[in-house]
Amino acid sequence: MKEIMRLALALTLIAAGAGFVLSLAESFTRAPIAEQRRLETLKALKAVLPPADNAPDSDLVVLVAGKDKKGRDIEKTFYRGRQGNDLSGIAFKVVAPDGYSGNIDIMVGIAPDGTISGLEILSHAETPGLGSLITEAEFRQQFHGKNLNNIDWRVKKDGGDFDQLTGATISPRAIVGAVQRGLTFYRENREQITTTAVEVKQ
Amino acid sequence: MSLIKTLRKGIWQDNAVFRLLLGLCPTLAVTTSAENGLGMGLATTFVLICASLVVSLLRRLIPAQVRIPAFIVIIASFVTLVQLLMEAYLYDLYKALGIFIPLIVVNCLILGRAEAFASKNKPLASLADGIGMGLGFTLSLFILGAVRELFGSGSLLGISIFGAGYIPVLLVILPPGAFITLGLLLAGMNHWEAKRR
Repeated sequence: MKEIMRLALALTLIAAGAGFVLSLAESFTRAPIAEQRRLETLKALKAVLPPADNAPDSDLVVLVAGKDKKGRDIEKTFYRGRQGNDLSGIAFKVVAPDGYSGNIDIMVGIAPDGTISGLEILSHAETPGLGSLITEAEFRQQFHGKNLNNIDWRVKKDGGDFDQLTGATISPRAIVGAVQRGLTFYRENREQITTTAVEVKQ
Repeated sequence: MSLIKTLRKGIWQDNAVFRLLLGLCPTLAVTTSAENGLGMGLATTFVLICASLVVSLLRRLIPAQVRIPAFIVIIASFVTLVQLLMEAYLYDLYKALGIFIPLIVVNCLILGRAEAFASKNKPLASLADGIGMGLGFTLSLFILGAVRELFGSGSLLGISIFGAGYIPVLLVILPPGAFITLGLLLAGMNHWEAKRR
């Protein structure tokens, strides 16, 4: 019994020491990490939006786009870029769940009329050298100036207008589909997205 | 054994990847470029050095029956520490290494050195062992990453080497390429070693 107490005490002390060190480290790195994440979002927003002179990451609207399997709200965030008082563009994140491996997160920027001004891949786990080429400018460029009406939203292999990549059709197909769904959602909710007053970010 | 000898042993004679074939999961998974290999190697080295030192300092206080869980708690703490620091100050590298940082915890190289060396030796010797093993591991990952990047993307550390006309050998970048490249490197090393004798 005494032996077990000794072992338990030793492990408890080590775990407590580790916990203490980690809580210190967490409190020191919390602010820089939050800042890094904010900068990353801001960088993506700046890259996809038409020129704007406001801080698009604090000018946002959150809409509920249905419920997920567990009954929680699926929220969609729309970031708005402005020049003076005029709305210059809207950016939003779309997720392609049907990539080759895992979700592909995409940031899409559009002019208020729904025409794409820029597209960035935020994160993906596609095959290096094949599917990963979706991050290249050459692939992303073909979305510029496109909207729901002026192009067939399918990859060429499926009879549409978008170039797939050599050796990788699944990733581009997933992206084209996700962007199309995002644009459709925007068209259906355009009034609300463009006119709702700024919500204060918590 | 002298400190220098302990240090050198980890880099060549007992090199973790090329000699002991330890810690192959991160080795094969992240070495798609020289930079990733270097980053993963240095992160692992940091954890290895810290864990070796602390395990060695606490070696008399940790009861033998619970040493493995105690080592794991120590190693996991340092991994979490690295992860927090990287996310805060080296964000791009953090994004590139992604899932593999938490997996440093289960890198058998680190637990292996804690169990086989640090728990039986003085802090200074354990520190030397950690540095040597870590550098050896980093060097192996860097070489593997450099070879795969060179043939798989025609560049080295992101700088184009073979020019735009080069058609990359995709296989080298893909997971099977990791095994093939490692196999060829091992064969080369064994051949060289055999010739030297």
